[in-house]
Amino acid sequence: MEDQNSCRGGFENCLNAQQTAASGLIFKEPFLWEKSRDGRCAMSIPMQDVEHSPLDPELVGDAPNLPQLSELDVVRHYTRLSQWNFGVDSGMYPLGSCTMKYNPKTNEVQASRLGFAGAHPLLDEDLCQGALELIYNLEQYLAEITGMDAVTLQPAAGAHGELAGMLTIHAYHAKQGHQRTKIIIPDTAHGTNPASATLCGYQSVNIHSGDNGILTPEAVAAVMDEETAGIMITNPNTLGLFEENIKEIAQIVHAKGGLVYGDGANLNAIMGIVKPGELGIDVIHLNLHKTFTTPHGGGGPGSGPIAVVKALEPFLPVPRVEKIPCSPNPNQSSKERGNNLNNDKNSYKYTLVYDRPDSMGRLLTFHGHFGILVRAYSYILSMGAKGLTDVSKLAVLNANYIKELLKQDFYLPYDRPCMHECVFTDKFQSDNGVTTLDMAKRIMDYGFHPPTVYFPLVVHGAIMIEPTETESKQTIDQFIHAFKSVAQEAKENPEILKSAPHLPKLSRLDEVSAARKPVLRG
Amino acid sequence: MESSNSMNYLPMRYLPHTQQDIKEMLTVIGCKSLDDLFPTIPAEYRIKTEMCLPKPMTEWELNAHISELASKNASSYSNKVFIGAGSYPHHIPSIIPYLISRSEFMTAYTPYQPEISQGTLQGIYEFQTMITELLGTEVATASHYDCGTALAEALLIALRKKKNSKKVAVSSLVHPHHREIIRTYFEPAGYKMVELPATVDGTTDLSYFDEINKSSTGGIDDIAAIAVQSPNFFGCIEDIAQVKAVAESKKIMCITSFTEALAYGLLKKPGQLGADIVVGDGQSLGIAQSFGGPGLGIMTSSKQYVRDLPGRLVGRTKDRRGEDGFVLTLSTREQHIKREKASSNICSNNGLNAMIAGIYMAAVGKIGIRKIAQLNHDKAMFLKTKLEEAGFEIPFKAPFFNEFVVKAPEGFAAKREELKKKGIVAGLDISKYYPTKKFDQNGKSCGQELKNHYLFFATEVFSKDDIEMLAKEVK
Repeated sequence: MEDQNSCRGGFENCLNAQQTAASGLIFKEPFLWEKSRDGRCAMSIPMQDVEHSPLDPELVGDAPNLPQLSELDVVRHYTRLSQWNFGVDSGMYPLGSCTMKYNPKTNEVQASRLGFAGAHPLLDEDLCQGALELIYNLEQYLAEITGMDAVTLQPAAGAHGELAGMLTIHAYHAKQGHQRTKIIIPDTAHGTNPASATLCGYQSVNIHSGDNGILTPEAVAAVMDEETAGIMITNPNTLGLFEENIKEIAQIVHAKGGLVYGDGANLNAIMGIVKPGELGIDVIHLNLHKTFTTPHGGGGPGSGPIAVVKALEPFLPVPRVEKIPCSPNPNQSSKERGNNLNNDKNSYKYTLVYDRPDSMGRLLTFHGHFGILVRAYSYILSMGAKGLTDVSKLAVLNANYIKELLKQDFYLPYDRPCMHECVFTDKFQSDNGVTTLDMAKRIMDYGFHPPTVYFPLVVHGAIMIEPTETESKQTIDQFIHAFKSVAQEAKENPEILKSAPHLPKLSRLDEVSAARKPVLRG
Repeated sequence: MESSNSMNYLPMRYLPHTQQDIKEMLTVIGCKSLDDLFPTIPAEYRIKTEMCLPKPMTEWELNAHISELASKNASSYSNKVFIGAGSYPHHIPSIIPYLISRSEFMTAYTPYQPEISQGTLQGIYEFQTMITELLGTEVATASHYDCGTALAEALLIALRKKKNSKKVAVSSLVHPHHREIIRTYFEPAGYKMVELPATVDGTTDLSYFDEINKSSTGGIDDIAAIAVQSPNFFGCIEDIAQVKAVAESKKIMCITSFTEALAYGLLKKPGQLGADIVVGDGQSLGIAQSFGGPGLGIMTSSKQYVRDLPGRLVGRTKDRRGEDGFVLTLSTREQHIKREKASSNICSNNGLNAMIAGIYMAAVGKIGIRKIAQLNHDKAMFLKTKLEEAGFEIPFKAPFFNEFVVKAPEGFAAKREELKKKGIVAGLDISKYYPTKKFDQNGKSCGQELKNHYLFFATEVFSKDDIEMLAKEVK
């Protein structure tokens, strides 16, 4: 116990009895090139079994000066680096708006099967039926979950899905014969929304949510006109609140010929509860790396499919995957076919269709982030309909539980039932000179990843907590205790917060000088 | 899920809540049941019946199902697939799947909190360093989606930099899918792409720029950039220095792309040849083909464009105790700060694959990358010789790296179908990508000339025996 009373930073008692984190042995690790010694190579080089054919020396450059290391050098380097990171497998990661839930390990096994990992994207159709079948099925499942009519899996990430959605809306208006110039974006929408709209040449019309954090039909009606392509709405919104006027808003937008874009980043709250397609939403993107458990990978790769209503299907990117009946195998008797348990699978084939004259075109070089699609598909098949509905219920249960138990200690700007995340601010703590950032840094010392901070912008000093359904009550109780301790410390010992974090490898980093004099390579 | 508390109730392994937990938590919230948690959703919005999805599978049922689906694909591991065209089989050392599976890398997100993300940050910083070393450029982003999207965004940078310009000139030998992506990205903004034709030797014909010089319309003012791919879609190596010279004379940006990163283990570096922005796909650097994705979009440039680049950058700095460390930097370019004025909307990138490429470059090193690159060229040259012996013609004479076009003898298409049954996929038919293109310098349409043309390639994964077997079978 004595050890715990003196930790880096010189603060006595900066470890609290309720902390789940402790300091431990990690390593310093130089850059790869500092470990390099001429003459090493960590790769098994194949035999030269054909004649050497030198290229014209005019075309040949110097060998790239990559580090020269042994295999153990490389393994130890990346192992040590990994130990400086915090992931979902390390601890609770309540990063609001990012849905940092558990990433099932079987999904990794499925995606790395050689038949998928070794599949070339331009294989003849008859040689990639398994991959096409998976794409087709996953599109059907996501259409069912969202209540939409058609899905494309091509977009590479959420923001790419937003772009796909905007391109769909743009192509739709072009087809109607009158392109529009503006798009409505509420202040509770995701930060990527305005940037996506700009890429399509739309001017953002920013509107404010009402006093209760919910968008009013009047605010939309006041700006919606026949030069406005539509509205981008995040539901549940970034305050973690359900936009209960969504149907009325959709009617207002539709009445003027506009379309409703739904940002589905927060789908984790509503699976099996409501279907966006039944609420008047025309196009919605999903983040498979949020709701559908594919790993976030330290920043990606993700996957951002979009789902659309029937009228928008013609505009989706090509190629589309279609399921068509195929002629029966002539070598098989009808009796054999009848006895075959896989009869359905034998009588259909999957094909890529390019002939879609109104399509926006291609969005990604091949078939989307297929490896990510395999993981999401595996998750859906593991959960089933009831399982996914339970996911949303428990995600909402966890968030409301945290909201109830922390609202005495932290200012809750919108005190109403939340969905899968809740938003506090630092208003109670600011009198002591403690900011959201200080509390975020301090919570690391308790063994938790900080929540999302300073987002959404609509709230000053926001602390956005999204526990997800995969955290147990016991972990959440620890988290609540930790946050309450931080609130206590903010009153009694604000210095310990301002100098936090104390346990991680590094203390707070100087971001200002990093940006002023950028050093971007070694 | 409140339905049963009996021994018959089987908990779903990803959901930790016991019935007792749920009861206690609902009490705190003041709700009677889980369904009461949604009072803000109007009752008429709620769905009345359960979603229609397949019934849940156990882990073991899932294994069987996915194995069956995977077995319906002609994997490069169990077949000889002689198709490159933007996705290449290369040896992937065992340390890559092993290290990249470390959950501290895999289950973290964007390093917004640098104190507990130094592993991702240093790893990406090292990637940025090594990829600029490979390409002879000065700065690299933390990654993009793939080459096609990175190229489209690079062209948008050029269009933003040169006010009033509406057009870019792009080689028709840039991957056809990448040109499709460019069209998709350009359509709403009204930008246009002029496609530069090919010369008879299989490289980009730059004479367009001579002609517009002579013409009175002065169309060049409208062009913001010239983009070529090298090695190009036909596998041929472009003269980047000459492209740069043309770009410089017209004061427009020179952008180059690549789909085969290992080519730069051997070829002159595009940055050193003068390319302003170099984009590419890093799939060859240790990343599984995985039916085409996720790959690794690479975007690098000279320093002067650093504030124009889309996506994340990792920079070096110090912490309060004076220790060296890393942060995401120059984020004022990005969408979450600049919203509608951002340089791009990209948020999530392909970071984990950038980490893979970093591990690959560290493993292969200076010695290995040159050896493997040379071996790719040697194998491809051997394949070319063997195919020529088997009666195939080589229509484009420019030097290539590991990929080249052949004109197949009559009747090859039927033979190719037969070979599929033996686990051999003999090249990619490219006639569909160039249906009506003009392919000679006199401007005569010779669209039919790419009929029966196939793109072949070889990498270090093909043995001499594999190649000889292919040549024997296609004869």
